[in-house]
Amino acid sequence: MTTTTASAPGIGAYLGRHMRDYGLLFALIAIMVFFQIVTDGTLLRPVNITNLFLQNSYIIIMALGMLLVIVSGHIDLSVGSVMGFIGALAAVMIVSWNVPVWLATVACIACGMSIGAAQGYFVAYWKIPSFIVTLAGMLVFRGMSLWLLAGQSVGPFPRSFQQLSTGFIPDLFGLDRPNMTALAAGLAAVLLILWLGLRNRSHNARYGFDDEPMGLFLLRNAIVAAAILFVTWKLASFRGLPNVLISMVVLTVVYVFVTERTTLGRRIYAVGGNAKAAKLSGIRTERLTFLAFVNMGFLAALAGLIFAARLNTATPKAGFGVELDVIAAVFIGGASMAGGSGKVVGAVIGAFIMGVMNNGMSIIGIGIDYQQVIKGLVLLAAVFFDVYNKNKEA
Amino acid sequence: MTALLEMRAITKTFPGVKALDKVDLVVREGEIHAICGENGAGKSTLMKVLSGVYPAGSYDGEIVYDGTTAAFRSIRDSEDRGIIIIHQELALVPLLSIAENIYLGNEIATRGVINWADTFRRTEALLRKVGLREAPGALVEKLGVGKQQLVEIAKALSKDVRLLILDEPTAALSESDSQALLDLLLELKAQGVTSIIISHKLNEVRRIADTVTVIRDGASISTIDARAGVLTEDRIVRDMVGRDMAHRYPDRERHAGETVIELRGWNVWHPEQRDRQVIHDLAMTVRAGEVVGIAGLMGSGRTEFAMSLFGRSYGRNISGEVLIHGKLADTSTVPRAIASGLAYVTEDRKSLGLILDETIRRNTTLANLDAVARNGVISEGQETQVAEKYRRALRVRTPSVMQRVGNLSGGNQQKVVLSKWLFAEPEVLILDEPTRGIDVGAKYEIYGIINDLSRAGKAVIMISSEMPELLGMCDRIYVMNEGRFVGELAAEEASQERIMSLIVRE
Repeated sequence: MTTTTASAPGIGAYLGRHMRDYGLLFALIAIMVFFQIVTDGTLLRPVNITNLFLQNSYIIIMALGMLLVIVSGHIDLSVGSVMGFIGALAAVMIVSWNVPVWLATVACIACGMSIGAAQGYFVAYWKIPSFIVTLAGMLVFRGMSLWLLAGQSVGPFPRSFQQLSTGFIPDLFGLDRPNMTALAAGLAAVLLILWLGLRNRSHNARYGFDDEPMGLFLLRNAIVAAAILFVTWKLASFRGLPNVLISMVVLTVVYVFVTERTTLGRRIYAVGGNAKAAKLSGIRTERLTFLAFVNMGFLAALAGLIFAARLNTATPKAGFGVELDVIAAVFIGGASMAGGSGKVVGAVIGAFIMGVMNNGMSIIGIGIDYQQVIKGLVLLAAVFFDVYNKNKEA
Repeated sequence: MTALLEMRAITKTFPGVKALDKVDLVVREGEIHAICGENGAGKSTLMKVLSGVYPAGSYDGEIVYDGTTAAFRSIRDSEDRGIIIIHQELALVPLLSIAENIYLGNEIATRGVINWADTFRRTEALLRKVGLREAPGALVEKLGVGKQQLVEIAKALSKDVRLLILDEPTAALSESDSQALLDLLLELKAQGVTSIIISHKLNEVRRIADTVTVIRDGASISTIDARAGVLTEDRIVRDMVGRDMAHRYPDRERHAGETVIELRGWNVWHPEQRDRQVIHDLAMTVRAGEVVGIAGLMGSGRTEFAMSLFGRSYGRNISGEVLIHGKLADTSTVPRAIASGLAYVTEDRKSLGLILDETIRRNTTLANLDAVARNGVISEGQETQVAEKYRRALRVRTPSVMQRVGNLSGGNQQKVVLSKWLFAEPEVLILDEPTRGIDVGAKYEIYGIINDLSRAGKAVIMISSEMPELLGMCDRIYVMNEGRFVGELAAEEASQERIMSLIVRE
């Protein structure tokens, strides 16, 4: 209550107050530095960076939808099964029935949205707890994948479908390596982030809002810019920008925009923050909950396509347990189980933290048993850190 | 008779509000002692102090119980000494049986294994004692409110009660159930149980009470001995309301224009109990620039009425017509009610009015977000300007509109709720307990805002439990009781006594 802009507070004090926001970024950096050292530099090799994106793309894409579901005060346990089911559907359509790739893709996306709509209908309009509805969905679609594939793997896919996941943006400048398109895109992204940041600062300054000290702003953006340039440089020296990375970045930007700048996003936060108050303020809470699930179905379908394209086959076991990784990513990213808070960028960073840990631990040969234990503890630690800071603020 | 309980100079302060100010209460062994007072006078707070809900040390003053000074740290402590409180909202678990409820937390068990035979046998004895003919294994859910009340009393008896406290025990009961309950209290008295009963129903108080203590504005006003023959309803009413205006009200000129909202034949049924009608055939009109009050006690149906009007947010089978500026208005959903020009400032601002984790800025625009957005994209600059404008206009005391609403004081929170609705530019504002839990200074400011609204030609409906507030602010007052308007008083003819009489003498 005593924040004033007249007496510019020190960087330390500001950091203390916003520990929850910065902690995540620092954690990701710390984890990356750690694995970079213990893997003798393998983690940040161009091939491995490319792999990191390919391996985690579907988690990140679903985390975007899961964030909205969790912000609206719900949970979706079915996304792993839905993802597997859509992969199976795509395989059966394309490989067995010879449906054109574009048509199968459209049909799969539509199917994913219908699944989301069906679940959202029960959650939003019948007020059945989402935990139960989506637990049912998890079982139903797991079973339907098995049935659709008759218990066998179906593949391989035609090349055009594989491009969805394993393709790369061709170099527009026609040089070989480094890939100039990738570098240019990285540079453009950095400039855009800086411009948006500065614009936001001027807005805050105009209204006298408490803003981060200039030093911290520069430091944070320098780190982000360096990271982006570093990654694009590495990618450029391998095969350039993966198609999946582009879809991921575009989706992330769209969801950041929707959650932070649109009435739709704002209202979803309001519903999660206090559904009764939102309803009495004229917000159609049921419809928004419904839409959050439709959107989740859309992204789960997209993830299913990308996942199947990467493996180049649909297996009956695809997607088992993935929902837990997605949910963990969102909670590591700072969303609250109670709804109403959480950021898209947080969920993405949370997914990267999980992804880097998976990748790094695999490289140094830690068994799958220990990996699970460590991931579980990291999730608990992240949420504990969040709760601890929140208590300190209050 | 000796005193069983003596509470001396009890003072209890909440942040910014003095709820109890040197209250004295003496309850004699074996009597029925009634405590009367308006809503918010401090009766329930006093009982919470007594029962240890507010532990010793959190209040000033002394409690002497059964000859020794008592310092209860929890309900458990006071129950161990035989003080049992039965709250207005019954504390029973609906899906457990009568026997299970009676011995909940107090099970007849050896090493954690419940002795059901003994439990049922003793329950039967207790049920006989309170005159409830139900099987001990019957689920509480299946019982009516009156019978549930008896289960609560049986539960109290199971704990060897010496001092039984009942908070508005008959508020939700039918006439015959109330009579049965009062008879039971008299019978318990004959068996030596001392009772404290909090009640608004003065005829009941007169019937069973030996002594009456009247509390007003957190202070004990008078203690009347019924056996001395001076107990009359008039006397109690006078003591309950007879305050000199505790706080003043800003002057306001009257300037009622043409009718803005008219309501005809408004009926509402309870959302769960299908055959229970909550609101009966209400009709009202409010003109531009007019502040119209709805007086009534808690549970009279005021809030249910307001919620049913505002987008049918309460009840089922709602029937009736709403006319705004003479034209039939569709208020069947909240968005439509808002579009028709209604705004509803809820009674419970924390759980129904605000998103506490969000900033002032985001709360301010919540009900009219499209006005600061273009094609669904919010303009943060415009939003900030709007929030700033209302922050200044309503004098919300905060360094910035980026402040979390949960961190504000009650008065400032209420101003944010008002900001939200003012920004929605309504024609009719329904204010439900607009000054509840707000300190005196902020109250005055809220009154000023209400006057500004009426000067701007808005129609204001003000619901309040505080009668002086209604008398100080309103042009007209509808008196509500049990879902009906039992009277309509112009400001000049209204007085607290008249309103109280209309309510208590149905």
